[in-house]
Amino acid sequence: MFNIVEKRRWYFIFSGLLIALSIAAMGFSFARFGQPLRIGIDFTGGSIFVLEFEEAASEDQIREVFGQFGLESAIVQPLGTPDEYRWQVRTREVTAEEVGELLTALEGQVGALNRDALTFDTVEPAIGSEVARAAGLAILVASLIIVAFMWFSFRRVPNAFRYGVCTIAGMTHNLIIAFGFYALMGIVAGWEVDSLFLTATLTVIGFSVQDVIVVFDRIRENIPKYRREPFEKVVNRSILETIHRSLATQLNAMFVMVAIILFGGTTIKPFISVLLVGMVSETYSAIFIAVPLLVVWEKASRRRAAAQAAA
Amino acid sequence: MTETRTWRLAAIIIIALIALFAALNINHPDWVESLLFWQPEGQREISLRLGLDLQGGLKVLLAADPPEGQEFEAGSMETARRIVESRVNSLGLTEPVVQAQGERRIIVELPGIENPEQAVETIKGTALLEFVDAGFNPVAPDTVITTSLGGPEAVQNDVLTGTGSVTPTAEIGATPAVTTGEEITPTEPAAPQAPAQVYETILTGADLANVGLDRTEQNQYVIPFELDQEAAQTFSQYTASHVGQYLCIVLDKQVISCPTIREPIPGGRGSISGAFTLEEARQLAIQLRYGALPMPLRVESFNRVGATLGEQSVNRSVRAGVIGLSVVLLFMLVYYRLPGGLADLALVIYVLINLALYKLIPITLTLPGIAGFILSAGMAVDANILIFERMKEELRSGRGLARAIEMGFDRAWPSIRDGQLSTLIICAILFLFGTNFGASIVKGFAITLALGTMVNLFTAVFATRTFVRQVAESAGKWLSERKWVLGV
Repeated sequence: MFNIVEKRRWYFIFSGLLIALSIAAMGFSFARFGQPLRIGIDFTGGSIFVLEFEEAASEDQIREVFGQFGLESAIVQPLGTPDEYRWQVRTREVTAEEVGELLTALEGQVGALNRDALTFDTVEPAIGSEVARAAGLAILVASLIIVAFMWFSFRRVPNAFRYGVCTIAGMTHNLIIAFGFYALMGIVAGWEVDSLFLTATLTVIGFSVQDVIVVFDRIRENIPKYRREPFEKVVNRSILETIHRSLATQLNAMFVMVAIILFGGTTIKPFISVLLVGMVSETYSAIFIAVPLLVVWEKASRRRAAAQAAA
Repeated sequence: MTETRTWRLAAIIIIALIALFAALNINHPDWVESLLFWQPEGQREISLRLGLDLQGGLKVLLAADPPEGQEFEAGSMETARRIVESRVNSLGLTEPVVQAQGERRIIVELPGIENPEQAVETIKGTALLEFVDAGFNPVAPDTVITTSLGGPEAVQNDVLTGTGSVTPTAEIGATPAVTTGEEITPTEPAAPQAPAQVYETILTGADLANVGLDRTEQNQYVIPFELDQEAAQTFSQYTASHVGQYLCIVLDKQVISCPTIREPIPGGRGSISGAFTLEEARQLAIQLRYGALPMPLRVESFNRVGATLGEQSVNRSVRAGVIGLSVVLLFMLVYYRLPGGLADLALVIYVLINLALYKLIPITLTLPGIAGFILSAGMAVDANILIFERMKEELRSGRGLARAIEMGFDRAWPSIRDGQLSTLIICAILFLFGTNFGASIVKGFAITLALGTMVNLFTAVFATRTFVRQVAESAGKWLSERKWVLGV
């Protein structure tokens, strides 16, 4: 029988490296932008415009118009290919009244705008911080409910508490890696945390138990069946029996997510990408982290019991 | 074939056919659409509703912004919502949405709007309250009229009804006169049409110094009001020369009620009485007092999606969905062979049922909503994978086909149930979060994912099980000799 659990040290080292890289990415982001993940206007307040001109426009021209409205610190970036004349402008929040004047001024001084393509988003800082608080609360509540749910499902198994804790360990592992990935993309591609990122985070938390639950279920079933085998062997057997399912399911989820990333709408790419990273990490951590941790715990408590008996 | 299974198969086929019929992009007969009694009358249709991010438009999130230390009354949020709604309707857009979000927010969605800046202005601006001279011809409530102050802009919409007559009182709290038969009955808002006449504005809401709410000894509600000094003069002269005529209260060019002037009102203090219910009287008082909105509203966020971006998003999502799901269908068939093919059939039914539900309930689709749906379809086969893997194990350990099938379903069930439950819990949290902040994209994802999870129980467990049992019974012997067909 192929022994997965035996090589656990290697997985722990591998995960440790991933986590270290993730934290490094967040640290780098913090050093550069003052935030571990770049926070978008959903949480900080501010405005983003996507402007499509009929003819070529220059960054200086656009910046000048925004400057006339006291928005000198506007960040102006070209989008798409150069012949699309598309620009993204980020500023502090602009009021509804100002938007109209701003657009008129842009049309007068820079060039005609394609109004059909005009997209903008404005969020007040006050609601931004309220949303941020609620988001933190939502993540906390979601994690607690999921752990309570795990503990409840396995309440009849010996040491049910351990199953809950190992699930949290796996969940934390997935979140750190998903966050690290997003921090990296924030540095490389300017991805920012928005309400969709929050949605992805909560979904990763929810799916964090999907694979763990299947393996744990199997362990629960196998313990009475293989009474003579050591716990480690029963766990390994349970992993091997369920690994086909975990991989097949993960593959199907990957098919659709990769399809959305490659062919789907551009605005949800960051959302689906972080979901994909989170879910791949989830399948991996269920098999190679959460379940082996259970074995480590079991061994440690045995050793302690043996030591006590000897003493 | 057992009788129960015949019924089950029939039920699955009928549901699949109904779903197919609803999901197809055809012109559904009117009588079928009129059967959808849970949809609002007059808007019943079997069609996909696209969110703002898919069809383009403006979304404005408004929040109640009461002055410091001042609480707003219960029910005033609903009043504000209705007023905003009537203003939005005056913009003449197709299918605008005005909804309360949480306790103190209102979300306004304006699809395909040309002039976003003006729309925000219209929604936020203070409504104009006028008292106009209607001569001897009362105007039915809800009629949109032209007044001498500013041009007409409103389209009819029923907001408030109420009747009454203006009775002067020497001072506040004095006994109001008994109302006689002189009143304008609030007939059904039978297609009020705008009279060509231009009505002269006598006073505006700005002239009101104070408005109250009182009850007479006859248990009638009256609304005492007080004008500021300058207006009192005008009003005194006007009422003196127009006794017996009608004075209409007009909000945003829409008539609220047309009381009769019974006597001259000299001191700037009068009251409006009539056959009000408490609710009607309270609303009229609120409207008189605050112009229109029971509390100031602040724009917390507004966002516009260009129509071209929306259209692009729809096309790309459809393409991504078709490609992604085709790969899943193929994978299941190749990896699990015959059971995989049956699961594919269930997955196709799954997609049809979901699309049908979006149209029938209806659910407004957003870009993340579509992503949630595609994702849920990709995950929908998970239940089948769990079952089939278990089935294969049982077959390999030498069990008979029928027994292996039953054990596969029974043993996989706890894992399926727990996984589905945890997904539903997360969806509930996402939904609550999205609702409170008008984040319709978060809500959209949560709804489609949750709905998909529930439909999945029907297709992946109930339908697939029925299919697999049926096939096992019809071709059990043949299959037992060719286990490779079962993926073993």
